[in-house]
Amino acid sequence: MQSSAARKMTPEGWLEPPPLPHHYDTIENHQAALRFGMWLFLGTEVLLFAGIFLGYFVFRHYFPESFEQAARHLSVVLGTANTLLLLTSSLTVALAHHNAEHGKNRNAFWLLMASVSMGAGFLGIKAVEYTEKFHEGALPGKFFSFSEITAPGGPVFYVVYFFSTGLHALHVVVGMSLLTWVAIRCWRKEFSPTYYAPVENAGLYWHLVDLVWIFLYPLLYLV
Amino acid sequence: MTAPITTAGVPPAGAVFPKKSYLNDGTTIRSWLLTHDHKRIALLYLVAVLIALFLGGVFAMVIRLELLTPGPTIVEALTYNRMFTLHGLIMIFMFMIPAIPAVFGNFFLPIMLGAKDVAFPKWNLTSWYVYIAGSTLMLWGLITGGADTGWTFYTPYSTTTTTNITPVMLGVFIIGFSSILTGLNFIVTIHTLRAPGVTWFRMPLFVWAVYATSIIQVLATPVLGLTTLLVAAEHTFGFGFFDPARGGDPILFQHLFWFYSHPAVYIMVLPAMGVISEVICAVARKNIFGYKMIAMSSLGIAFVGFFAWGHHLFTSGQSAFDAGAFAAISMLVGVFTAIKVFNWVGTLYKGAIAFTAPFAYICGFLFFLVFGGMTGVALATVSLDVHWQDTYFVVAHFHFIMVGAVIMGFLAALHYWFPKMFGRKYPENWGLLAAGLIVLGFNATFIPQFLLGNAGMPRRYYEYPERFAALNVASTAGASLLAFGFIIIAIYLAISLKYGEVAGRNPWGSRGYEWDVPSPPPTENFDAVPVFTRGPHEYQDVPEELAKVGHAI
Ligand SMILES: [Cu+2]
Repeated sequence: MQSSAARKMTPEGWLEPPPLPHHYDTIENHQAALRFGMWLFLGTEVLLFAGIFLGYFVFRHYFPESFEQAARHLSVVLGTANTLLLLTSSLTVALAHHNAEHGKNRNAFWLLMASVSMGAGFLGIKAVEYTEKFHEGALPGKFFSFSEITAPGGPVFYVVYFFSTGLHALHVVVGMSLLTWVAIRCWRKEFSPTYYAPVENAGLYWHLVDLVWIFLYPLLYLV
Repeated sequence: MTAPITTAGVPPAGAVFPKKSYLNDGTTIRSWLLTHDHKRIALLYLVAVLIALFLGGVFAMVIRLELLTPGPTIVEALTYNRMFTLHGLIMIFMFMIPAIPAVFGNFFLPIMLGAKDVAFPKWNLTSWYVYIAGSTLMLWGLITGGADTGWTFYTPYSTTTTTNITPVMLGVFIIGFSSILTGLNFIVTIHTLRAPGVTWFRMPLFVWAVYATSIIQVLATPVLGLTTLLVAAEHTFGFGFFDPARGGDPILFQHLFWFYSHPAVYIMVLPAMGVISEVICAVARKNIFGYKMIAMSSLGIAFVGFFAWGHHLFTSGQSAFDAGAFAAISMLVGVFTAIKVFNWVGTLYKGAIAFTAPFAYICGFLFFLVFGGMTGVALATVSLDVHWQDTYFVVAHFHFIMVGAVIMGFLAALHYWFPKMFGRKYPENWGLLAAGLIVLGFNATFIPQFLLGNAGMPRRYYEYPERFAALNVASTAGASLLAFGFIIIAIYLAISLKYGEVAGRNPWGSRGYEWDVPSPPPTENFDAVPVFTRGPHEYQDVPEELAKVGHAI
């Protein structure tokens, strides 16, 4: 952010908003464009995951037994812990958005950092789960060698499992980077009641990451 | 600070080339490669898609030359498979998807809305780099890995072929990202950056068409992205998602693939339809007939296009009910297209038509769209499709739409907007000659293919029985004519860039908003925020002498 150095601090204790791009007439219009763009992007993400959810339902329909057996071999405790982590991190992101909107940049910074740590916690637990699967041979396709799933279709379940959770984990990493980036900008006191779209957008992305997991969790672990 | 825009008028005699424009605002290579100006990004895209068109065309000629004789002609069977794979992938993902939206959409959409730029100029430039990166990876993969799956990369062949298709899949995935960025940018631009006076129903019809296209790009492309990732993962790691031996389902691939690839046809053809709606008013010197109908039918096509993909699976074990439903939905596209065609013809009726190259392309477009569309309705009829499935009839049908209609739209746009983009005119006589050659060559190439397909010649075959020889020769001859036409266009446009007659602000006497800015436009498009006091296709209040002004015939 080379522009932040040149920007003045206002009496309220935050930086002036960055100069308005020349093709917008008001800052509100610019913020609205950024927000709308993010919502559209989230729409593309939903469709990206829709394909893999479709795969889940198709294969669950083909192999209901092995999907039930496989679900029983996933740790509901770890899965629930991860769900709680993500839900809480979504809450702190929402609070950070609220604080940034009122110019309380420091509060927003700590709340965002809390969300990032919870994201890291989520990935840690996911790594534990993955390691266990690797040891058991509960792996996709030709790597499948897990003797406890007796019904046909086990390899396909683990394709769905690893592909969906792997793609989701990638989104967690991207989301954490985005949150860290806006957290740094919070530290520099860049956000104010007139300019907070980046926090809002990073937050929206994180809520999507949460939302996808809210669907993956019951489908993979519970039913 | 607002100033009402003046009515587009007669080009002043001896128009002078503007001293300052987007073309000379920065002359270093760096100023082009790092530009955020939507017009310069449009030109970057233009260069890229023309290279793609050239490459795809060369591979098409190799295919046609190989099919000149029943046996082996110039390449081996495996090379032949690679050639049609290269041809299909380049033409679809590198040329046709970005051709009209990313070039003419980028250039004219902001101007037509009275905006200075698109909503997110940096992302706009990013999309070009993403496109270049994806295309490079895809081409590198195709040339070194020798993929021979055809552009549809059906499983299980694509996941078990010994050729290296992983970089190709990743390349397509990355190009998809660029397509999403462009579409997203346009949607946000249309929603947030319309100038005062440009209400939704005062937007030029090209903008409506690009809007419908962008919705498809944003909603369908992610599914293709996921599909290519799955195929790449399956080919590399042996996942078995689409492999029946491991419990997977190859038909699932077809569903996912066509969920994108059927609407993708409308990503290609809708912008071409938008071009025709613009150009047809200018050449007929008449208000567009049925503005709202044309605008809404674009959205209608985009909508029903999402539910028609099953017509590619008639012979893949679909239930009779599904097949019937998908057939009926597919035919609805024909209804929306017909609405457009009737409105266009209604616009021409009693118009003061200037027989220029853009008009010649409109004629070609209408013929190819109607003929291609009718054969599309025929193909959507399940019982007929069983006979034509995977024959040259299908090849001819989609080339009528995708090459016929889309290329006619692209060339009409290129000729109609050339004076605006570069400030100079092209020679009309050469333009008409090339247009004639192309329309003729195109018919000569693909009408024989309808006959071949109906007689039972399957697509993608390297050799064919003796009785198909005559029609194949005709098709190859037509393709040569087509290529010749393109070469002529390339030459006279290249010369016109530098030596063409100076166009002036509005050489066509068009009423489109974009003709109210200088040719070529200045970097900021408008000196002040424009206020549009009329609709984009309103000709009725044009004084008599203006109606006569046109391009020399
Ligand atoms: Cu289709």
